[in-house]
Amino acid sequence: MGYSLSKDQFNSLLDALKKSYTVYGPAVDPDKGNYSDTDRITYKKINSFDDLVLDMKTYFSPKEIVYPVREPLFHFSDGSFFVPHIDEKKIAILLRPCDINGFDRLDTVFLKNGPEEDFYYKRRRKNIRFFMIECAEGFDNCWCVSMNANRTDMYDVAFRFGKEILADVKNEEFIPYLVGFPQTEVDIQFIEKNSIEVKVPEIGSISPESFDLEMWNEYTSRCIACGRCNTSCITCSCFTVQDVACGTEGRMAERRRRWAGCQLNGFTDMAGGHSYRSKNGEKMRFKTMHKINDFHRRFGKHQCVGCGRCDDVCPQYISFARCINTLSEVVAERGKNEQ
Amino acid sequence: MNNNPYIAEKAKLIRITPETAIDSTFTIAWDKPVKPGQFLEISIPGAGEAPISISDFNDGELSMTIRKVGRVTGALFDMKEGDTLFARGPYGNGFEYNYYAGTNLKIIAGGTGLAPVKNLIKTFMEPRYVNSLEVLLGFKTPEDILFKNEVLSWVESATAILTVDNGNYDWKGNSGLITQYIPQLDLNKPQDCVCIVVGPPVMIKFVLADLLTRDVPRENIWVSFERNMSCGIGKCGHCKIDNTYICLDGPVFRLPDTMKLID
Ligand SMILES: Cc1cc2nc3c(=O)[nH]c(=O)nc-3n(C[C@H](O)[C@H](O)[C@H](O)COP(=O)(O)OP(=O)(O)OC[C@H]3O[C@@H](n4cnc5c(N)ncnc54)[C@H](O)[C@@H]3O)c2cc1C
Ligand code: SF4
Ligand code: SF4
Ligand code: FES
Repeated sequence: MGYSLSKDQFNSLLDALKKSYTVYGPAVDPDKGNYSDTDRITYKKINSFDDLVLDMKTYFSPKEIVYPVREPLFHFSDGSFFVPHIDEKKIAILLRPCDINGFDRLDTVFLKNGPEEDFYYKRRRKNIRFFMIECAEGFDNCWCVSMNANRTDMYDVAFRFGKEILADVKNEEFIPYLVGFPQTEVDIQFIEKNSIEVKVPEIGSISPESFDLEMWNEYTSRCIACGRCNTSCITCSCFTVQDVACGTEGRMAERRRRWAGCQLNGFTDMAGGHSYRSKNGEKMRFKTMHKINDFHRRFGKHQCVGCGRCDDVCPQYISFARCINTLSEVVAERGKNEQ
Repeated sequence: MNNNPYIAEKAKLIRITPETAIDSTFTIAWDKPVKPGQFLEISIPGAGEAPISISDFNDGELSMTIRKVGRVTGALFDMKEGDTLFARGPYGNGFEYNYYAGTNLKIIAGGTGLAPVKNLIKTFMEPRYVNSLEVLLGFKTPEDILFKNEVLSWVESATAILTVDNGNYDWKGNSGLITQYIPQLDLNKPQDCVCIVVGPPVMIKFVLADLLTRDVPRENIWVSFERNMSCGIGKCGHCKIDNTYICLDGPVFRLPDTMKLID
């Protein structure tokens, strides 16, 4: 169903939704930018159209709305577990197609990898609705098209924010909120070409030799293992579980998980001092392979959705897009030499 | 709350058996089905969780042989018999009896690597399960030998060859690296042999190299992997190598399936 709204009507839609939904969208976090007196664009609660920032990319992805940076799993007291309750109010997130595809990758790990579903992810995820922001032009530093992540039909409502606001409603749950607004045909568009193109090596062209390439060494000297590329990524899902004791006798404690990342030191440390991928170039190689090769081999689709945030946030100006392209070139070159 | 896989169950600590200065076997009450080679996530609230291999099980009891190395294991060593700890699992594929039944089985274990195969050795010592069984065990020093009484009885019955890297003047047994004793195993018809290799990464590396020069087919060799693990259920990402999650797809692998695993 398609509808057409003015900005004021969009605001009254937000007001009506408020009773049952918390709406999140890209907004300004004043003075939180990387340089003094600069703002950061991030995901925040949205109260009116003017809160929305539509001409800049967010620094962090919306993943923490569903998968918080730190999350208590349970509290433990005198032999019993207490799982904390969460706010069960539904959440609608205004986000772009790449990030919806990113959530699909998170769903894959948390809900489909192995026989167990992740209880904590699932209980938030089931209350999430996607308000897709039509993204027909993208930003300077995106390569969703190369990753096949420019399109999705996994949205509940899609919006085109132009002179007027058009809404394409897919989930009937939202029709009652829109009846009354003028109906119209809405033909949601998806971006077909980014300014950055990335050539992903074909699955199967990566061989054991690809792990030894000279190119990885470059990152050993450049990457500082700060992990920003992991924390800003919509698809990075790794975490570490840890306990925090309260009180002296260890009778009360909290078990929680917090984000972890393959680009950080310590991720693979083992008892006895053994660790894998201690060089930062090896970490970069591991991340690259996971994002554009290994995940695909396991789940049939690439993990990386080409949102480009890893490149936006890297303090060392490491470009993941260039890394993928270089890998493709080297692998293709080798393929030729072998023939 | 049984749809929440992170919630652990209470388990009563029945027995603590010291093995060496830093390893003890912890036996808990346990009645869920388990396989050798699988592991549990053991936890002590306030200290944390750690993956620990199952070393033995029967009649409502399950044993784990644990080395004191840090927070969780340290807290375990402070517990006493009758205390309660928490466990979830079992996780991992474990050793599947079917793959080894009727074969000429060689189990080669170094150090704490013996723990995950202890129950397997005991099971296969029953002659009706395998065609033949030879066990080769290596420890650093005589003081590091785990399950000493049982191991010495295996040596006595000629089921096991035991060596220590460095013997002392009291030590009457073999000394030298585990690889030196591979020639004493009957590998004359390598095609008919199945080998299980468990132990620290260096030991695995040299034992595998040796077995391959003796023409044991790769697909007849099995290994068990250890990696940093946090969740045990395929979510946290710590144990992943390439497209493989060690906690889900392992920790037991047939050698050809590990050739493509590059850390
Ligand atoms: C499948 C599997 C089976 C295992 N079986 C046994 C066993 O039978 N007996 C035994 O003694 N140990 C076993 N381990 C190793 C054991 O899990 C670690 O020694 C344990 O996690 C250390 O916990 P801790 O809190 O006492 O140490 P910590 O205080 O956490 O740390 C001590 C050191 O161990 C590292 N470490 C932390 N977590 C892990 C981890 N999950 N795996 C490896 N290193 C880690 C730390 O980085 C640090 O260097 C097994 C590990 C795996 C993955
Ligand atoms: S790897 Fe980079 S481009 Fe790909 S999804 Fe993550 S942050 Fe976005
Ligand atoms: S953001 Fe850049 S420097 Fe930091 S870990 Fe990632 S690649 Fe390395
Ligand atoms: S231990 Fe968490 S994914 Fe394997």
